[in-house]
Amino acid sequence: MAISVTDSAAERVAKFLANRGKGIGLRLGVKTSGCSGMAYVIEFADELGEDDSVFEVKGVKVIIDAKSLVYLDGTELDFTREGLNEGFKFNNPNAKDACGCGESFNV
Amino acid sequence: MALLQISEPNQSPAPHQQRLSAGIDLGTTNSLVATVRSGLAETLPDAQGRHLLPSVVHYREDGSVSVGYRAKSGAQGDPLNTLSSTKRFLGRGVADVKTLGTQLPYHFVDIHNGMPKLRTIAGDISPVEVSSEILKSLAQRLRDSLGGEPEGVVITVPAYFDDAQRQATKDAARLAGLKVLRLLNEPTAAAVAYGLDQRTEGVIAVYDLGGGTFDFSILRLNKGVFEVLATSGDSALGGDDMDRLIATWLMQQAAIADDADHHQMRRLLDDACRIKEALTDSETFAFSIEKENGQFWEGAMDRAQLQQIIDPLIRKTLIPCRRALSDAGLDISEVEELVMVGGSTRTPRVRELVGEFFQRQPHIDIDPDRVVAIGAAMQADVLVGNKQDNQMLLLDVIPLSLGLEMMGGLAEKIIPRNTTIPAARAQEFTTYKDGQTAMVIHVVQGERELVSDCRSLSRFELRGIPPMAAGAARVRVTFQVDADGLLSVTAHEATTGIESSIQVKPSYGLGEEEVARMITDSMAHAREDMDARNLREQTVEANRVLEALQAALAMDGEQLLSVGERATIEASMQRLRDRLKGDDWTAVKAAVSALNHNSTEFAARRMNASIQIALAGQQIDKL
Repeated sequence: MAISVTDSAAERVAKFLANRGKGIGLRLGVKTSGCSGMAYVIEFADELGEDDSVFEVKGVKVIIDAKSLVYLDGTELDFTREGLNEGFKFNNPNAKDACGCGESFNV
Repeated sequence: MALLQISEPNQSPAPHQQRLSAGIDLGTTNSLVATVRSGLAETLPDAQGRHLLPSVVHYREDGSVSVGYRAKSGAQGDPLNTLSSTKRFLGRGVADVKTLGTQLPYHFVDIHNGMPKLRTIAGDISPVEVSSEILKSLAQRLRDSLGGEPEGVVITVPAYFDDAQRQATKDAARLAGLKVLRLLNEPTAAAVAYGLDQRTEGVIAVYDLGGGTFDFSILRLNKGVFEVLATSGDSALGGDDMDRLIATWLMQQAAIADDADHHQMRRLLDDACRIKEALTDSETFAFSIEKENGQFWEGAMDRAQLQQIIDPLIRKTLIPCRRALSDAGLDISEVEELVMVGGSTRTPRVRELVGEFFQRQPHIDIDPDRVVAIGAAMQADVLVGNKQDNQMLLLDVIPLSLGLEMMGGLAEKIIPRNTTIPAARAQEFTTYKDGQTAMVIHVVQGERELVSDCRSLSRFELRGIPPMAAGAARVRVTFQVDADGLLSVTAHEATTGIESSIQVKPSYGLGEEEVARMITDSMAHAREDMDARNLREQTVEANRVLEALQAALAMDGEQLLSVGERATIEASMQRLRDRLKGDDWTAVKAAVSALNHNSTEFAARRMNASIQIALAGQQIDKL
C-alpha cells in the first residue's frame, strides 16, 4: 500500500496547513457519488479515526481510511496550475474511467 | 480536468457542487478579487500576474470596452471616453454629481428620473454600468481562476455608503451577472482579514489612507457581531497629496518655475511618488529629475526631510480620528486593535505617527492594498457554507440624525446620528392651539437646530385629532429604521387611536461630501444655532402667551380688570411685541416672564370666576 505526493503538492499542503493554524494532516479519501460513481475527498484532518492509515510523505501526514485506501492505493497527489486555475489532482492508477470533469471516477 | 481544493473536515463538496465564492474590493482607483482556496484567502492575479485592476473603463465608438490597465493607458489619448473614479458618482443624484463633477473632464447628462449619465462616444453611460464593466472583468478572472461559476460574491463598500449607493453597487453586480451574497463595509472586511472576528469582543479602529481618500472607522465587536460605531474621514486627502507636497519641495530645490507645464508636473509627481516609495525601505534616496530645459537635477532626500514634508498631512488625518472617537464616545485607550488599510499606510512614518496617536502597534502584516478583498473573500467563504461554525452578523449606523419639525421651525432629533440600525425611538408631542385637529409631521435629517438648515425628507399629516385644549392631545411619533436603512415614521394619537405613517429612504441621493458637510456645518454653527434655537423657542412661547392673553382679555377683561390693571397688562404685551421684532432671545425671554408676572393676578381671577360659574347652584355633596 503506498501513496505518493509530488513536491509542489507537499509544499502547498504544508503551506495551507500552516495558514489554517491547526490540524494533524491531510485526509484523502473517496466517497460514492458523482457522475462516475466515486468522488475524491481532500480535507484537512483534525483527528485520527480507528481505521485510518497514516503515510508520512515529504513531511506531510497523509491520512486515509481503510475503505478508501483500496481505491487510492498507488495514487499520486499533485498540485498543478492550468491557466489561472490551480489546485490538487489525483493521479490514480485504479481509476478506469473518469468523468470529463475529473471530480469523480470508476474503478 | 477539475482541480480540487482542500476542504474543512466533513465539508467535502459533491462533484460539481464546489461552493465557489469570492470577495471583491470595488475601489475608486483600483479593484481586486480574492477567493479562499484550501483554506487560504488570496487575491487573484490576471494572466500577467497583476493583482490590482485599475477601476478605469474605456469606451469605443463600436460600443466595445476595455477595462483596467489597457483602459488606463488610453486615458491620455482619449480622456472623455475613458471613465475613472466613477465610484464617486455611484448612486448619486444629478445635484450631488454637479458638486463633484467640476474637477473631472466628463460630460454629465441628466437623463430621466434624476439619474446622471456620462456622455461617451459609445452613448450615455451610467456610473452603475461603468462599475458593472469592472465587475465583469473581475468575474471573468474569477471564473478562469476557480474553474467554475462562483455561487456568490461579497462586495465591499465604504462604511459611509448610503442606501442608494449600496443599491447601485448591487445593481452593478447584477448587471455583471454576479450574485451578491452581501455587501460588506470595507473596514469590517479589513478586520475580518486579520481574524479579529475570532475575538469575543473589543474595539477596533480601521485607518484607511488610499491614494485620494481617507476613511476612518471604529468598529465594536461583541460576541462575534461587528457594529460600526462611527465613521469619519476626508474624501480629498491621500497619498496623492503627499506626492504633491514632495513635488513642490522638488520644484523649490531644483529651482523649477511655478508655472511648469503639464508634462513637467506629471513627471515631477511621478518622481515624488518614486522617492516616497523608495524611502519606505531605505533611509536615504538619491535621484535625478529632468528639468524643462532637458537638463537633469541631481538630488537626494532622507527620511527626516520626507517626514518634515508629510508630517502635517499625516497629522491632518488624526483630526477625523479624534472626531470619530468622540462620536463613538470612546477614549483612545479603549481602542484595542488598529488596522492599517490602503497603499499610503506603507509609508513607515504614517504607521509610526498613527501608532503613536492610538498608543497601539498597528496591524500591517497583510498587504494594505489587498486586505479588504481578502476579508471579503473570507466572509464569502463562510456565507456559501464552507465553514459552518463561524457565522457573522455585521451592523450599520445611520449617518445623520433623523428628527422632525417643531413649532417655530426647530428641528427635534429623534434618532441621533451614528445610532446602530435597526433602531426605533418614540417621542410624545402635543397640540399647540386650542381645538387643533390636525398635525403636520415634517421628517428632517441633519445636525443643525433649524429645519431650514436640515434636509427635508418627507411630510405627512395626522388628521382627526378631536378638538381639545392646547397641550391636551398626546401624539406619539415613532421613528423606526430597519436593517436596510428604510425609515418609517408613525404618528399615533393616544385618546382616539388615530394613526398615520409614512416610509422614507433617509439617505437617498445624499453624498458622502454632503454628509460630511452637514456634520461640519453643525460644528461650525453650533453657537449661532443655539442662539437661533433659543430665539425660536422664546418666540413660540411669546406668541402662545400673547394669543392666549388676547383671547382672555376679550372675554373677561371688562369684568375682571380695572382700567389701570388692564393698561399695565397691555403695556406689558406691547413691550413683548416690540422685543419680538429684535433677535435677542434673552430680551424676549425677560419680556415673556414680565408679562407672565403682570398677568398672574388676572389669570387667578379668571380661574376663580370660572370655578364660581361651575359651582353656582350646585350642592356641596354632589361634587
